This record gives sequence, C-alpha cells and structure tokens, in this order.
Amino acid sequence: MPKMKHILLAASVLCAVAGPAAAKDTLTVGMVLEPPILDPTAGAASAIREVTYANIYEGLTRIDAEGEVRSALAESWSVSKDGLTYTFKLIGGVKFHDGTPFDCSIVKFSYGRAMAPDSVNAQKQLFEPIASVECPDTYTAVIKLKRPTALFLFDMAWGDAVMVSPKSYPDAATDLNKTNPVGTGPFRFREWVKGDHVTMERNPEYWGSRPQLKSVTFKFVADPSAATAAVLAGDIDAFPLFPAPEAIDQFKADARFHVNIGTTEGKTIVALNNTRKPFDDVRVRRALTYAIDRQALIDAAQSGYGKPIGSHYVPTDPGYVDLTGVYPYDPAKAKALLAEAGVKPGTQITIMLPPPPYARRGGEVIADMWGKVGIKTKLVPIEWAQWLDQVFKRTDYDATIISHTEARDLDIYARDKYYFNYHSDAYKALYQKFVEAVEPKAQLDLVGELQRKLAEDEPNVFLFALAKVGVWNAKLRGMWDNQPVPANDVTHVSWGD
Amino acid sequence: MTGFLLRRLLILLATLFAASLVVFAVLQILPGDPAAIMLGTGARPDTVAALRHQLGLDAPMPLRYLRWVGGMLVGQFGTSYTYSVPVRDLVAERVMVSLPLAVMAICLSTAIAIPVGVLAAARRGHAADTAAMGVAQIGVALPNFWLGLLLILAFAIRLPWLPAGGFPGWGGGPWHGLRALILPALALGLPQGAILARVTRAAVIETLGEDFMRTARAKGLTRRAALWRHAVPNALVPVVTLIGLQFSFLLAGTVIIENVFTLPGLGRLVFQAIAQRDLIVVQDLVVLLAGSVIVVNFLVDLVAAWIDPRQRHVSA
Repeated sequence: MPKMKHILLAASVLCAVAGPAAAKDTLTVGMVLEPPILDPTAGAASAIREVTYANIYEGLTRIDAEGEVRSALAESWSVSKDGLTYTFKLIGGVKFHDGTPFDCSIVKFSYGRAMAPDSVNAQKQLFEPIASVECPDTYTAVIKLKRPTALFLFDMAWGDAVMVSPKSYPDAATDLNKTNPVGTGPFRFREWVKGDHVTMERNPEYWGSRPQLKSVTFKFVADPSAATAAVLAGDIDAFPLFPAPEAIDQFKADARFHVNIGTTEGKTIVALNNTRKPFDDVRVRRALTYAIDRQALIDAAQSGYGKPIGSHYVPTDPGYVDLTGVYPYDPAKAKALLAEAGVKPGTQITIMLPPPPYARRGGEVIADMWGKVGIKTKLVPIEWAQWLDQVFKRTDYDATIISHTEARDLDIYARDKYYFNYHSDAYKALYQKFVEAVEPKAQLDLVGELQRKLAEDEPNVFLFALAKVGVWNAKLRGMWDNQPVPANDVTHVSWGD
Repeated sequence: MTGFLLRRLLILLATLFAASLVVFAVLQILPGDPAAIMLGTGARPDTVAALRHQLGLDAPMPLRYLRWVGGMLVGQFGTSYTYSVPVRDLVAERVMVSLPLAVMAICLSTAIAIPVGVLAAARRGHAADTAAMGVAQIGVALPNFWLGLLLILAFAIRLPWLPAGGFPGWGGGPWHGLRALILPALALGLPQGAILARVTRAAVIETLGEDFMRTARAKGLTRRAALWRHAVPNALVPVVTLIGLQFSFLLAGTVIIENVFTLPGLGRLVFQAIAQRDLIVVQDLVVLLAGSVIVVNFLVDLVAAWIDPRQRHVSA
C-alpha cells in the first residue's frame, strides 16, 4: 500500500510540474464512430476521412473549409477548351511518409488502382470518366476524359481520390494502408489502439507549411453522455460533430467552451419508394411535403439546429436555389391533394428509421404531422446493416428517413437504379447537360435548373440540411466551422490564449 | 478423476460445436452484407461484388462454414472484414481490457459481499442487518449502466479524480490502465456484489441453524469463532457457485459497461462487430465466450469439490 501512495504522489507532482510549463501543442479530437480502416480508397465510412483527410493523405486537389476546390499535390492545372484534357503540374520534391517520391507515376498508379476491375473503391464512379493518365514528364500528369465532367476537379478532391504509395499495396490482396496509412500529408500515422484512439504526429519532412500541432489524437466515444462527460472533464479538446445536442446549452453557458453551429452536406430527406403506390403519384409526394412544417421538425427533432431545404442541395454549396417555398406548410392543401389522388384518410405508410437521432426522433415528429392530414404511419426502427439490405439494396420499403452526406450528389437522381426509384428522362437529360457544361456560369445555372426539376417532381420529401454542431475548447483556433466534405482538417489548428 | 475430466472435455467440445453451428446459422439469416456496409451508399454493384469476392463471401454457405471451423481447428481464426486484421490479434488486444475489468469487478463484489453477507447473517434482525440488506436491495435494483453514468458524474466530472471513459492502454504503466478501469469495475461489480451479499447472508443463516453449529458452540467455541470456522466454510458452496454464474453475467455486462465507458474490450468488439456485420469476428467471439463460460463453470465445480469433499464423489 505505501508503494501505491508513492506512485500517486509522484504522479500528482509530475502532473503539477508538467501541466502549465509548456504551451500546449497536442490536440485530442472526439469522434462518435471509429473508422473501420484508415484507407479512404477502400471503404465508404465517413470516419475514415474524418481522421485522414488532409491530415495524412492528399490528392491532386482538395476541398477547403469553405467547400472550394484548392490545389494540393497539383500546384496548378489547365483544362482544354473541349473540357476533355486536364494537365496537372505536380509539386516537386514531395515524399510519402515511407520515403517514396511523389511524381506522375504515382498519379497513374493511384487512379489506375481505383479504376481497375477488382477495385474496391467505394466511389469508383468518380473515376469512370477517365480515359487515360499520361506522364509526358516526371511532374506533369495529363488526364484525358471520355466526356466533359463538370465536377472533375471537385471529384478528384474527394478522400477516395487521394494519392497512395505503391509500397502500401505489395500485391492485389494486400492493403497496408488499412492499418498503417501512408500519405504525403503534414501528419504521419503513429498508432491506432483499436476501439479507443488513433494518434498521428507532425511530419518533419512535409513539403508545405508546418502544422502547429506536434501530435493529434482522434478518440472514439460513441455514447452521447460519455461524450459530454469527456469534453467537460477536458479529456477531449474538440468534438466537431457532437452527438448530444441537448447538452449544447450547458456548453454555451460555460466560457471554457466554444459552441459551433455550422452546416454539413447532409441532405436529410424522407425518401419515398417512387414505384410503389401511392408514391408513384406526384400529387401524393407533394401532399406529403405540404404536410410538413420543416422548422417545427428541426426544432423538435434537432434541438433547432439545421436549415430547411426544398431540393437535394444545401445552402452552402455554389448555385443553391432556395426552394423551400415551393411546398410551404399547408395541411389543408395536403388533404385536398391526397383526396384528389384518391388516397383515403387512414391510409398507412411504413417509415423505416435507421439509427441516427435525426431519423428516430424525426420519424416521430413526421408521423404526427402526417397524422394531421389523415395518413397513418407505422414507424419501424432498423439498424444500419438492415437498412442497407432491405431499403437500399432490395428497395423493399414505403418510406425512410435518411441523410445523404455526399457533397453535390445531384447525380443520384440521374442513375438508372437507385433506391428511391426515381426515373425521369427529363432530369437525366438535364444532368447530362450539366456534366458536359464547360463554362462555370453555365454550370451554376444548370445546378439551379436541376434543383428546380427535383422540387417540381419532389421524388423525396426534402427536409433540412444537417447542422454541424460542435463543441471545442475556447482557446482552439483554426477548426473547420462547416463540413463541406467529411473531414477534420487539423493542419491549421493551434492553441491561442 | 480422469473419467470426470474426459467427460467434461467432451461436453466442452460438443457445446462449442453446437455454439458454432447456431451462431453461423443465425448470422446467415440476419440481413445485411458486410461488403455493402463497408462500401456505403455510393458504391456500384460491381465494386460490392469485387469486395465480396475478396472477402470470400461469394463461396457457398456450407463451404464457408467448413472453412471457418476448419481454420479454428488449426488455430486460424480468420481476418476481420471491417478491420482487416487477424481476429486473434483483435481478441488478444481486447482481452487485455476485458479480463482485468472482469477480475477487478469479481474481486470487488466478492470482497464487499462476503463480509457484509456474513455480518448481516450474524446480526440477523439488528439495525446493521437491516441497513446492509436495504443497501443491497438498492444495489440489486440498480441497472449497471445507470450506476456507471452516476459514477462518471460524481468521480469524473464533479470531482475530476478519474477519467470519464476511454482506455489509455497498458503502455503507460499499470496504474495508468487501472485508473481507467476503476469506475467501470465499480459499475459492474457493485450490483453483482449486492446479489452476492444477499445470497451469502441466506446461506450463512441456513448453516447457523445446523446441528453442527450447536456442537461447535457446545465444545466451547465463541460465537465469532464458530461463525468463521464452521458456518462460513459450509455456506461457501452456493456462494462459489453463484460467483461462477456471475462470470457469465459479467461477460454480458461488459457489452453495456464497455459502451458506457467507451472501453476497447471484448464486449464493445462484439457489439460493433454485430452492427457492422463483421461476421467472422462475431462467430469467433461467440465460440470463445461460450468456451470460457464452460471452462469457468468447470473451475467452479473443481473449487466446490475442494471446499466440499462430498461433491467429489457425486461428480466422479
């Protein structure tokens, strides 16, 4: 027992000495979900990007805090008049964390891997327009496309399109990046204690400006009350996507913390199975939208955090058109439309609710709102795996509440087969026009037209953009306010006074 | 004794075989495709198919079962779908959290429950008994996750003595790791201790009424000496049996407590693996947990036989 006392004493003395001595240069970031792997080119989980994007891996281009495309490993580029040839000038002298030099052959390797028949890249379609990657010299990459692709530079900034070291893939079946990520970024991987945290440290050989932080730890805390406790106790410095909105007021009242209310790309919708009756009738889909008071829903289900949307696009993205007024809250009109479409009062709709709170809580509010226009609802909570199988893959459902977190994903309505079964040749043609538009002005106009077309057809009930509700230490500088892509870019984070 | 051991071994193997069949069958029925979960909503069907092939999920069901069981027989537990590391490594890492936690919880509950139970029995009907059993009643009624939250509130937030959750690993020294396990062990052990205290009390009260206790007193032992030398050892058999049973409850409890305290243990691994359909991990863990419950029950039988020589003849 005396030994224990000594250890305790020594520990407390150490803490007291070490505590205030040096300015803090480490950071602990809280995340709800642990990434299953750390290779963004081999899995879809947002958590992979929330740890590695911009910190460990970099692509030719990148998305910044405002959602703009910026240069990363390509210092500049030019696009041919017809929009088919992209010439990237690569930054010289860049090295991967394993020492491999970065040059055009890496671009060829990385994109080639993503496009290969046995590729397991979750966003393989991003690379589908690429016809060839050529290397006229070491630091020039020429990418030829099969057709003009309006979002190409944006697409190549996704986490799925980062540059990887060939050493990490010694053969087709081996992917070392899954557990030991190697990139070109300002931080290099140190350790991953599974189930608890990932730690990365400053890369002394980084080609760009040196980050202020010496090391960063991403800690995984799934339980909302545990997350609250960890932030209050100072175990976690920043929780950018905080899971307990009900605890936010407590943090707002506490000067030690900064509460951030930003936006994400999460388009939260009631997805409707468009081939199933009565949702095949546009009047029904419109009626179901008229029946919803979006702001009341946000207040009740999201503690007031979130922005109403009227189409599949969020207010922070370029070319956004406010279409929330197309079907304003109007229960009388909803009832009239339902009657016109022959939907009898008392008709039952089953809503599948995946685990996130926006769905579970939102479902109850929507059931109440639809109840007021005579629609009975059955709420079925299901876990994520089952949602992917039954709703997403087999499309065996009436309605479901879901947030689409991919940025600028208007393309999903132009796909031949997607789980809400929306088929519109007019929309497809419009999307094709957008993809092939070369002029930025024309692109933005077409983004507007696409949003309007969706609002007109209302394949799904568009609800709100998910907020990015975060809490962090008031002394932290440089955290992202918004979430234009899944990322916790800490390369410019520092501790102030 | 050899026959006894042999029979136990056969039972162990048969149970493991049954457990492997049941868990495999259940996971086949459970909807959800690990490859689809890993690739999310943006993936094209051909990408999902490529991944399914890579994971060996496209093989026929009986073949997959044989591959799995055959692998286990030669010590190959497979590779986690989601984490892409050998399941053996995952389990080895996490046992280092769950085992100390379970041992701490059991030691704690036993260390509190046996003295309290014995004293309450000795002072049956007195104020100390009433108070102790009142507290135990509350302990029995408390759900462990709620107790866990209360403990966090009290000893991590109000009084910042202990971490609110998470596990720093054993690399920073034993005290570093133990510190993180104190609150979870309390949350897990106290409700179990309450049950154990009540059982201990009842068992001791029963032995106190036995003839040999009168004999012990008659030969001149003090009340206290008779209690500790004769009543307690005779009351231990049901108590030890219960401790053994509690071990399986503790395993179940760790699923909840490890989630409340975000401890990277086996319980959380099971929970995450089920949610992500990391089928191979779930299969391995179910068999492992079933095996450890059987082994612990066997050890309990051995201890009971050691305490009570009569049982040796019964079980042999």
